[in-house]
Amino acid sequence: MGRFVARRLLQMIPVFLGTTALIFFMVHVLPGDPVAAMWGDKAADPAQLAAKRHQLGLDQPLLQQYVTYMGHLLTGDFGTTMGQRKVIDVISAAMPVTVRLTLMAFGVEVVFGVLIGLFAGLRRGKAFDKGTLVITLLLISIPVPVLGFLFQTVFADQLKLVTPTVQDSMNFGQLLLPAVVLGSLSLAYVARLTRTSIVENVRADYMRTAVAKGLPRRRVIGTHLLRNSMIPVITFLGTDLGALMGGAIVTESIFNVKGVGNAMYHAINQSDGATVSGFVAVLVLVFLAASLIVDLLYAVLDPRIRYA
Amino acid sequence: MTTVMEKKTETGRLVPGTPLLEVRDLHVEFKTRDGIAKAVNGVNYSVAAGETLAVLGESGSGKSVTAQTIMGILDMPPGRVASGEILFRGQDMLKMSGEERRQIRGQKIAMIFQDALSSLNPVLSVGYQLGEMFRVHRGASRKEAKAKAIELMDRVRIPAAAQRVGDYPHQFSGGMRQRIMIAMALALEPDLIIADEPTTALDVTVQAQVMDLLAELQAEYHMGLILITHDLGVVADVADKIAVMYAGRIVETAPVHQLYANPAHPYTKGLLRSIPRLDQKGEELYAIKGLPPNLLKVPAGCAFNPRCDAATDLCRTETPALHQVMDKDGAELAGRRSACHLWKETLHG
Ligand SMILES: Nc1ncnc2c1ncn2[C@@H]1O[C@H](COP(=O)(O)OP(=O)(O)O)[C@@H](O)[C@H]1O
Ligand code: SF4
Ligand SMILES: [Mg+2]
Repeated sequence: MGRFVARRLLQMIPVFLGTTALIFFMVHVLPGDPVAAMWGDKAADPAQLAAKRHQLGLDQPLLQQYVTYMGHLLTGDFGTTMGQRKVIDVISAAMPVTVRLTLMAFGVEVVFGVLIGLFAGLRRGKAFDKGTLVITLLLISIPVPVLGFLFQTVFADQLKLVTPTVQDSMNFGQLLLPAVVLGSLSLAYVARLTRTSIVENVRADYMRTAVAKGLPRRRVIGTHLLRNSMIPVITFLGTDLGALMGGAIVTESIFNVKGVGNAMYHAINQSDGATVSGFVAVLVLVFLAASLIVDLLYAVLDPRIRYA
Repeated sequence: MTTVMEKKTETGRLVPGTPLLEVRDLHVEFKTRDGIAKAVNGVNYSVAAGETLAVLGESGSGKSVTAQTIMGILDMPPGRVASGEILFRGQDMLKMSGEERRQIRGQKIAMIFQDALSSLNPVLSVGYQLGEMFRVHRGASRKEAKAKAIELMDRVRIPAAAQRVGDYPHQFSGGMRQRIMIAMALALEPDLIIADEPTTALDVTVQAQVMDLLAELQAEYHMGLILITHDLGVVADVADKIAVMYAGRIVETAPVHQLYANPAHPYTKGLLRSIPRLDQKGEELYAIKGLPPNLLKVPAGCAFNPRCDAATDLCRTETPALHQVMDKDGAELAGRRSACHLWKETLHG
């Protein structure tokens, strides 16, 4: 187990280096000259521009720049934004908002997805099951911005339950609507996946044994059926956590949430390489950590998987 | 819960010979796309404490469905108990509430299945699955349950039980897994164990060991045992009596040695002739001609008539009753019945 974790951590190093390098280079081919942009509309003196470039290290070869950047990252120095703020400050302001939004969406997805899937699976072919299949298919086929707009119209404009956009980006209540919108697509997938898995497992021989042991139905389902049925769902949830964070960036723009999406949008507009790279580095770390946790959970749930 | 007086030994077990289970004229059918499949068409059998009843029959003859109905684990739907009674210690289980039946399962009647690998939960340790019996039915703590699980694993002679109690089913061999199933059935010392082809999935060398273990434990606890099998070789040593099933019906019942020596039904005769024997090496193995009937369309009259060499016109129209079998002098042979119009000719002819 310890060796498995150590090996996985080692494997993360090339993945981390590769993704950050890719983003680093991509940011540098973005159109627009960040140094020139600092002078705004005023035409800058070429000598001044060159001096600024040299000061920022932007006259070095790209590879050299990347190595320097990574060296700083290792010491926790994310650099400064074009607006001379510390990148780490920008990240620590935006990241908690997005993480909170993502986790709320994840919670909605897991709790409701699994519950709906469980009941549909147990009532296979009945009205609830058929309804679930239709509604989830609908959710899957509606693009997220459309869904966001729909929710805004219904819950904010019609029912006046919430404000259409988020005023306070760290307020749980206000983040609920964006979280539901963000989580709904995944919720639909989780519900369908859980349902299929339940339907497959409910007729398994070990379920018959559990009943033959005289176990109460609660235990037959809660312990024996769910444990087995959750295995494919957990795998999906692991990969989905990353997708959810990506989706959060879109959802944030619909509801005007001041999170990573918002910050990245501005950074890209200003060709602010240090900020974009910094965000990506943190996001990649979050994804890698999430996928490791899921792999470990997976092995806990299914003892047939060995940490080889 | 018992209404009749039952004698107990000083250890609290039922005295051998006390009636345990009696299945009366049981009918079970399945709703399928093509119609109603009559899987069980009037099964009658009984078993007493300390007694072993072997239920014999080709695959598809309804042995497992009968057992599942007794256990209360029949798939409903598509299954349905059309009629009949299942008396357990004098009470009809088919009239009991779901909760009453659950209290019987595992505690009073336990079941061992054919394929231990798929019948054990793959993601729970064997210790957990054994201990669960004590935690759920006896309110044992986790620690007590684990100790009990180790004790049980020792009982069924699993080596290094204390080290292996946390292992998962896939980490055991087939024979060891079936021992775990036996341990689980035995856990709460039930009155009756139903073993549905417990050795069929095992290597020949392990089959005998597992069978011996089962027989030994059954004798020790004076349990009733219903041993379902399609292998006549397995039953000779362990069973007291045999019920032969064909197309969802009991066609012959008899004490085991009488049935081997002198069958009273042409189907039993055919089964016995088809056992491979050492002294007929080289000869072609006998097989009953034809196939078991389609349960959607069981033949009129005796269900076996299309495959029976002795069939007469009567056999094609009239369903034979389960006749009491008598010896040449007309004296009833205890426990012997045959569902054949020509049982006399078959037995004495
Ligand atoms: N769940 C089910 N649905 C439909 N038919 C079933 C089901 N279980 C058993 N049957 C039918 O009942 C018949 C008897 O099966 P079974 O009792 O398993 O035979 P066996 O004597 O081999 O144990 C079979 O023909 C089978 O097709
Ligand atoms: S009743 Fe007739 S067909 Fe059936 S077994 Fe007897 S002789 Fe054969
Ligand atoms: Mg069977």
